[in-house]
Parts: sequence; structure tokens; C-alpha cells
Amino acid sequence: MSKRSILALYNNFDEAEAVVKELRTTTIKGFDVNDDLIIKSPIEHPEVEEFLGNKPVNIQWFTLVGALSGGLLAFFLIAGAQGNFYAQSKGGKPIVPFPPDFVLTYEMFILGGVYITVLGFLICAGLPAKRSPLYSAKVSEDQIGILVDAEESAAATLKGIFTKHKALEIQEEAGK
Amino acid sequence: MGKDIREDIAWAQINNDVLKSLENPRKLYWVILFAAMLVFSVGVGCEIYQYNVGLGAANMDNPHMWGLYIATFIFWIGMSHSGTLLSAILHLMHADWRKPIYRFAEAMTTFSLMTAGLFVMVHLGRLWQFYYAVPYPSERWTWPNFQSPLLWDAMAIFTYLSSSVIFLYIGSIPDFAIARDNIHPGWRKKLYSILALGWEGTDRQWRNFRVTYLTVACFLIPLAVSVHSIVASDFAMSQQPGWHVTSFPPYFVAGALYSGCAAIITLFIILRYVFKFEEYMTLPILKKTVRLTFAIAMVWTYLNCIEFTATWYSHDQVAKDVLIQKATGPYAPFFWGMIFCGSVVPFAMMVKKWQTSIPVMFAVSLLLNVGMWLERWMIVAPTYSHGYYPWTWDHNQWPSLIQWGIVFGSFGWFTLLFMVFCKIVPSVSMYEVKEMVYHRSLAKKKEELGLEGGH
Repeated sequence: MSKRSILALYNNFDEAEAVVKELRTTTIKGFDVNDDLIIKSPIEHPEVEEFLGNKPVNIQWFTLVGALSGGLLAFFLIAGAQGNFYAQSKGGKPIVPFPPDFVLTYEMFILGGVYITVLGFLICAGLPAKRSPLYSAKVSEDQIGILVDAEESAAATLKGIFTKHKALEIQEEAGK
Repeated sequence: MGKDIREDIAWAQINNDVLKSLENPRKLYWVILFAAMLVFSVGVGCEIYQYNVGLGAANMDNPHMWGLYIATFIFWIGMSHSGTLLSAILHLMHADWRKPIYRFAEAMTTFSLMTAGLFVMVHLGRLWQFYYAVPYPSERWTWPNFQSPLLWDAMAIFTYLSSSVIFLYIGSIPDFAIARDNIHPGWRKKLYSILALGWEGTDRQWRNFRVTYLTVACFLIPLAVSVHSIVASDFAMSQQPGWHVTSFPPYFVAGALYSGCAAIITLFIILRYVFKFEEYMTLPILKKTVRLTFAIAMVWTYLNCIEFTATWYSHDQVAKDVLIQKATGPYAPFFWGMIFCGSVVPFAMMVKKWQTSIPVMFAVSLLLNVGMWLERWMIVAPTYSHGYYPWTWDHNQWPSLIQWGIVFGSFGWFTLLFMVFCKIVPSVSMYEVKEMVYHRSLAKKKEELGLEGGH
């Protein structure tokens, strides 16, 4: 069955919230509210999560792996380099001195954490990406966009709901 | 005190005002840019001369090995502190008045660090042998000394610079998308399209963005503190008189925050006028920044007293002599200048009327930074001029014009980078100002509803 994408623009969050609530309570064949609905907004808006339902964020795992591997890499690289001093006279000083190595380990712990967090962000947020054909520059200004991906049979019902809630504009595009 | 921002500014107007700043600044912008180029070219000329002739052209000798170069290096590292650190702390504390000013403060961090990095190279003299300092296995068997704070310094600065650039960039992605969508076609549109990475403001993007930004902010706070503590260790872990002081790391961190805050005030006033940001960089926000700067000034003054007292009662006669020499010898005018600019001038910030006076605060912020630059010079030079061995004493050494020229040029370099940045990247965060306006208008609505309910 072919799919259709529809983007409806709203003036404010309250209107968008009303639409999402109706979409969640209405059973529409060929449309899954959990998978086929995207909200586009000009600002970070915690309320979106409230009416959209909690979705997992996995960036903290990237952070953990990045920070630990950064710290471990630093320590073993430095200790490995200091291993070179076996061949040199150290005058009784330790070959791998822990206190100064800890400073560099600490810096690399942070460096690894930051770099891999950003990598995680790019992966989890799906960036860089091509902009979807259904995009309105108004979303980066002051309007809220509701993008749905549904089967052809559901399109009319969805458009009906959007119109009922006074969408400012409705764009649609036939998919595969 | 008035409002930090008006609640009724239309979001489209925020986009327009900020994007206009990228194309139509006031004429003063070009004057500043031209002056910065001129000053920078003086520095470049001096560096070329020093490169060809050698470090002797700077009038550096033994014992004056660090001179103005390392003093200015610390100054720029310090300047870099407030931008990212304050932005991160205020973000964690949900202080939304940071929103219109954090972007340029973070840019200030990045460019100050880049300027500071230049001084390490300039100070080396033999630039072409820089690779000797890089740790890689070679037949020379020269490994860096991992126990030296100088090496920690290099690592800390690299980490801070790259993390600050990432923090600045991540925070700018939604604004690049706004610029991409609203600016007319041309090279700028192409640039913003690349930088925006295809951002569309979807719930998935915002959700991950929020966690990332918060996480990086959490990393940056201890990182910023560690950077300046490590710079302080360059001094405190040596055995030089006047430097071997336990309070140096917090003293350096406080000094760094102080000079950074003063620089934020200077740049706030310049950008407000040049880019016509009166609506966003408001006087109540200036007032908050001024109060914060005053508090940090008092912390710095207290730590100065601690340092002097610790030296005075330390039973280290030579360290005490250095302190007496600072206050009464050839460096006295600069030492007292530092005390005046750093500890007395900030009291002007206590006068309520002056806290929002643009000319007064502009002059005060400049004087504070003069004081903070003098502080760094007064840390480096007097100690070198009066070491433990009397035959190394050299109280009358004076930096050459070449050295002054390079220091002078660094201010041009910083200003040039900063002003070019502000012309390419929105220096006010549009999406966060919208958030600020949104939350305030919601609060106002609630307040009105509450009042009506009360009736």
C-alpha cells in the first residue's frame, strides 16, 4: 500500500497539543501515532514530550563509553610512553608516576566524553540529514509543524482532523 | 529593575533583528574591524622581525625568560574562562538571562584561547623547531616530561579549546537552520545549510539536543577550572620566589573569571550598539552581569590578600623581598595600578545608577581588564627580576618595543576574529531568546489568570 506524508502547521503549542491528543485517542487504520508522528518546533519545548509520551534518549551511554575510553586510552598511552624510560636512568623515581598521569587522564576523560557525546548526538538525532521535502521555513520562525506518515486510506481522516483544529497550512506529498 | 526582555516581542521579529545584524551593522563595525586589522598587522610585523633576528629582539634574557609573552598568554587564557564556564554554569542553573549574551561569550572563549595559543609559539622563538615539543617516538629519544605542568597545560588547553568549539557549535545548530531558512540565496545560505546539518527542529532532534548540550555543559565546568588550575601550577609547582604559593590555583581561577566577566561587559556594550541589539542585550541583563563581576572582583581581592599574607608569613625571605620589590621598586607603579584597577575600580559597580550606565560601565570594564593584564605581568616579571641568587638579579629589565608590539597585535587579532565571527554567526541565540520570551509570556499569563481568579 502506498504511503502519504502530510504536514500541518499551527500557530501555537496549545493547538498542536489538541491535535496530537485527538490523534492519540482516535484509531485510524494505516496510521500508528507512536511511529508515524513527528512534531517540528522552533524552540526546545518540554511540553511536546508530555503530550507525545516519553521517548528514550540514549546519549548518556555514548558519554559513558567516551569518557571511560578517553581516560583509559590516556593512561595507557602515557604509561606506555613512560615505559620507554626503562632504558633510561630515572634516579629512583617511579617509571609510571600516578599523580601527574592522573592529570592527563582526567583531561582525556573529559575530551573523550565530549567527543563521543557529540558523536552520539549526531547518531541519535539522525544528523546530518537531508531536509525532508515536507518542510516549512515557518517552523524555524514561529509555527509548530505536525508531520504524519500514513497509508493513503488514512490521509483523508488525518486531513479532516488537521482542518478541524484550524491548521494554518496543510502540505502533502505522495510517498512510495 | 526592569524586565530582562519584553514578553511581547514577536518571534519573527527576533529572527529579523538578529539576521539583520549579519548584514547591516552600524558603521562603527567597519571602523573596529579596520582598527583591529591595523593593530594586528603591527603585531605581525614585530613577529616577522623577531623571527628573523631572534628572541634578543624582544629584549628577553636570562633571567627574564618569559616576559610579556607568557604574562599575556595567561591573560588570554583567563579571558577565555568566563565565556564557556559562565554559560555552562548559568545553563545548569536555568538562569535564562544568559540566553541573549552567551553566544558571544562562548565565541570570546574560543578566540581568546586561539590568541593564547599563539603566545606559546611566539615565546618559543625558534618556531621551526616546535616539533621538538610534540610527543612522538623518534631517534632523538626526547619524550616530553609528563610530570611537567607545561605539558599538562598543552593538553588542558587543547581539551578546553576543542570542547568549547564543540559547545559553541552544538548550541548554534538550531540558529544555523533559522539562518538557512530565512536568509537570501548566496554564499551565506550555502554555508548555513552545511552548518545546520539538515536540522528541522523535530521532537527527536530537540530531545537529543537537550541532553547533549547539558552533558557537554557538565563536562565544561570542571574542565574550565582544571585549565586555569593547571596554568597556575606552571608557577606554583616551581621553586621560584613568589610563585610557590598554595592558593595560586583558586587565585588564578578567580582572576580568570574576573577578567572574562569584565570582557563580557565590554563586548556586551560594543555589540549592543554595533548590531542594534538594544532589545535583547538589555540594561537589566547588563546590571546582572555587573553584579556578578563585582562579586568575583571581591573574591579576587580576597585571594590577593591571602597570597600577600602567605608570602609575608612564609619565612621565605626572598619571596618576601620580591613582594616588597613589587610594592616599592621599579614595578611599583604597575603593582599599584593593578591594585587600583582590580580592587578599587570595581567599587564603582556598587553605585546603582552606574550599574546601567553604558559609558561608565564601558570605562570600568576596560580598566578592570587593564588591571588583570597588569596582574599577570606582576606575577611573571618581578619574580624573574629577583631570584634566589643575587647574581641573577636584574631589576631594570624593560621589554622591547617588539615585545610590546606583539602583545598589542594580539588584541587586534582577537578583535578581528571576534568581529568577523559576529558577522557570520548570529551573536544572539535566536531560538533561546524565543524560549525566554515564551516562558516569560506564559508566566505573565498565569499571573494574570491568578489575579482574575483572586477577584
